[in-house]
Amino acid sequence: MSFFPFLDQIFVLLQHWIAGLFPVWLQPFVGTVVAVIGIVAAFPGIFAVTTVLERKGLGRIQNRIGPNRVGPMGLLQPVADGIKSLTKEDIVPLSADAVVHFLAPVLLVVAVFLGFAVLPVGRNMVLANFDAGLLFFFAIGASTELSIFMAGWSSRNKYSLLGAMRAVAQMISYEVPLLLSSVVVVMITGSLSTVKIVEAQGGFTGIFPHWYVFTPWGFAGFVLFVIAALAETNRSPFDLPEGESELVAGYFTEYSGFKFALFFLGEYLGMFSIAGFAITLFLGGWGAPFSFLTFVPSWAWFFLKLLGSIAFFIWLRGTMPRLRQDQLMNFAWKFMLPMTLLNLVVAGSWRFFGDGWLRWVICSAVLLAAYVLLGRTLMRKQHLGPRSYRYAD
Amino acid sequence: MTATAFKSYRPPIIEADGDGEVLEVAMGPHHPSTHGVFRMDVALDGERVIRLKPVFGYLHRNHEKIAEKGSYLASMPYTDRLDYFCSLTNNWAYALAVEKLAGLEVPERAEYIRVITAELTRIQNHASAIGFLMQEMGASGTPLMYAFREREKILDLFEELTGSRMMCNYMRFGGCRSELPTGWLEKVKVIVAGFPAFIDEIEALLTSNEILMARAQGVGVLTPELAVNAGITGPMLRAAGVNYDIRKVDHYGIYDRFTFRVPLGDHGDIYDRYMIRVLEMRESIGILEQAIRDIPAGPIMDPKSKIRGFRPKVGEAYGRIEAPKGELGFYLISDGTSNPYRYRVRPPSLINLTVLEDMCLGQNVADVVLIFGSVDIVLGEVDR
Amino acid sequence: MLGEGMLKGLAETAKNFAGSFVSKGRLTTVQYPEQRIAPIENTRDFPFLIFDGDDAMAGLRCVACQICEKECPPKCIYITKSADKKPDYVGKAQFYPTRFDIDISVCMSCQICVEVCPFEAIKMDTEFELSTTDRFGGLLLDREQLAKSNEYYNTIHPTEAAEVDARLAEEKAKTEAKAKAAAEAAAAKAASAAAASTAAAIEAPKTKELGV
Repeated sequence: MSFFPFLDQIFVLLQHWIAGLFPVWLQPFVGTVVAVIGIVAAFPGIFAVTTVLERKGLGRIQNRIGPNRVGPMGLLQPVADGIKSLTKEDIVPLSADAVVHFLAPVLLVVAVFLGFAVLPVGRNMVLANFDAGLLFFFAIGASTELSIFMAGWSSRNKYSLLGAMRAVAQMISYEVPLLLSSVVVVMITGSLSTVKIVEAQGGFTGIFPHWYVFTPWGFAGFVLFVIAALAETNRSPFDLPEGESELVAGYFTEYSGFKFALFFLGEYLGMFSIAGFAITLFLGGWGAPFSFLTFVPSWAWFFLKLLGSIAFFIWLRGTMPRLRQDQLMNFAWKFMLPMTLLNLVVAGSWRFFGDGWLRWVICSAVLLAAYVLLGRTLMRKQHLGPRSYRYAD
Repeated sequence: MTATAFKSYRPPIIEADGDGEVLEVAMGPHHPSTHGVFRMDVALDGERVIRLKPVFGYLHRNHEKIAEKGSYLASMPYTDRLDYFCSLTNNWAYALAVEKLAGLEVPERAEYIRVITAELTRIQNHASAIGFLMQEMGASGTPLMYAFREREKILDLFEELTGSRMMCNYMRFGGCRSELPTGWLEKVKVIVAGFPAFIDEIEALLTSNEILMARAQGVGVLTPELAVNAGITGPMLRAAGVNYDIRKVDHYGIYDRFTFRVPLGDHGDIYDRYMIRVLEMRESIGILEQAIRDIPAGPIMDPKSKIRGFRPKVGEAYGRIEAPKGELGFYLISDGTSNPYRYRVRPPSLINLTVLEDMCLGQNVADVVLIFGSVDIVLGEVDR
Repeated sequence: MLGEGMLKGLAETAKNFAGSFVSKGRLTTVQYPEQRIAPIENTRDFPFLIFDGDDAMAGLRCVACQICEKECPPKCIYITKSADKKPDYVGKAQFYPTRFDIDISVCMSCQICVEVCPFEAIKMDTEFELSTTDRFGGLLLDREQLAKSNEYYNTIHPTEAAEVDARLAEEKAKTEAKAKAAAEAAAAKAASAAAASTAAAIEAPKTKELGV
């Protein structure tokens, strides 16, 4: 085996080697455990890197330096944060429902980790390759809402309750466009399996890959998916459930110490898993962006893309103000839903038209026209728009 | 004000929907966006505000009574601490009142220095007010940091001139405390010349942002009638479309020598308050350029003014200026002794806050902090 | 088009992100304990007492007139006047403070004590790293801690100190001239009365000059 394919499969070979140390009847079990350990180690590791990258990136966006005191260039900041949150007092409000209050962050982290099971992070690197992978992911993703509501309700704090109400309303509303925007991929690929979706995007035309994002319906679907994903993960500009200027900290107002850290972890892991799915569905998963770069290990591409999308999320956070609850709902039902439905039709006709440049023109024109019209109508209806001002001398 | 300006405005519905589920939330005094210690007792129906009661006084420091016990000069540093963002304009308002009381004349050069410092104060106050408003809107502090980056430059100027960045304590009865340091005016010129770039930057970041428009347009509307009746002043009043700027009305100091315009809004909502501040910063830059160009040489203190044993004759006086937040007035009664018999501050922040409930009723709870932020208050001035 | 403004905002933040790596104007942060900004001459924080000569307690310019104590807005100066007198910097016999305390936990750095002082005895310092572990005693500075030399004053506020020194020198010259005139008059009187040698008349101002 030459060097690059070996590097590409290094983690798979490692897993097989470890499993091979055990008796045959135990091998499938050990293999799974090793893979689980891999996931449980890798993604929190990325979480640690992300927290420091986010703070430094936001700092740079805001013309600050960001954390730079712990370790070289502040890179050990997550360690300090971890020690701090572990040693802080764990406060449970007197009137809180202690059991639910404890279970909420645990449930969040567990549910979020389950989502990684069907995420292909590299060639042959998926924990559970089953046919309904996409369905499994959305089913698991929906259960995080429960833990957020548990947290908000059990805290017995009015801000927590408001935050939880917002979170549930928001997340349920955005499930719909999130699902519908990914259905186009299933329509074209003809499979719910995440591995098959990635493989379907594996070819190249010239040096450019066949990623779905480079088609009109794929691009629209990608944008809609990212917007819905931001709302699903409570990231800015849809971070109303935490809304620190309005609701103190939303549903985790009453959490401190390590439970707070768990919420923090859960939120970021949720972000990773949904960004990973955006990559899988639209950005070719672990595929290389150019045909001459295919020698680079597949898992490296996946994590590079993941870091890129996280950087994009940070960039958005550094720029956008926050929406309001009713506007968020309006946006979901009056903009996202029509657009995703239209995108389904467009994707269907894309298939129907067959090859040729005509389908490119028609599909792009329909989507663009719908976007412009819908956006303009929404703004007009609410009397929003630029204004001019008069002066008195 | 035009009659059609507010036609799209509908009075909000403020009754609860009758299911008896009203949530009482005490926002503050330890709430992240109350600009200090301020409490709003809010009654919510769902997320809609049906009642709002502002509670002041957590930062009460007895400023007015202390001033009546100390000498006239001794309350000058305390005025810095009213609106700690704009200590120089506070100084000016108090100095103006005492000058009226004691009949002191301010030399030409000192008047120009006062205009320069006051307009610099206005710029930095408006910049940070916009930053805080965006912070309340959840913008992760980016506009605030940009505003503070520019504010630092102005504060450096203040430190060089007065010795302190925020608590300047610079103006004296009949002039200013110290002569401009060498090269100070050139530095002001450079910073003023660089400021439009910052305003363009913040406008590119915010003005056409759809989320900002959605959040701010048509929210927290203050009608001109209510604004006038409640005694609202400053950018808030002008955002409601009322042409009232004390710089134009009173011509205090030497403001009649400068050409500048007063921007007016037509909707009276948060977006207008934001834009009026942006436009006022641009006008202030114009005033600064004129003042730096025209500043004469000469003395900076009225020779009649005394530092020790200052005793104005019996009488009363009211000095008011257009502070960045509105009309700031000092009312003084002298009984001929070395301390005022009565000392009263008219703080714009407090009076602008009185319409908070009217603006918030029927709005979403998320809008309450936004409306509160758009008033632009400093608790040091509200509670005194 | 919906989203146009947001894209403009994203471009602006991207510009700032990149700019903070290359432009000094965008990244103005100073890494405080390692780096320091050049001190600004007019900076003020807490007052100190000026002394002339080498002996801090003997050379204090303060004459315990207590004007600053009275005028101090937060009333953080505590002075006790001496019972005896000692010669001040121009040679006149004056009271001096046996106690001069400033509670800098109360002081609000307003500079009014400096302005009201007729003797140029109290000035504003620029030292700001004053943290102590003792909340009450550590921040109550007595006259030994407050006394700093005129040379120190000249280094922190050169322009202002030069003015002050010039004014003081002028005042001193005036006093000396007056003293000289008085001494000469006295000598002349003595000469005419007792017809003594003229040497005494020359010696007398010399002793004055030494500031006895």
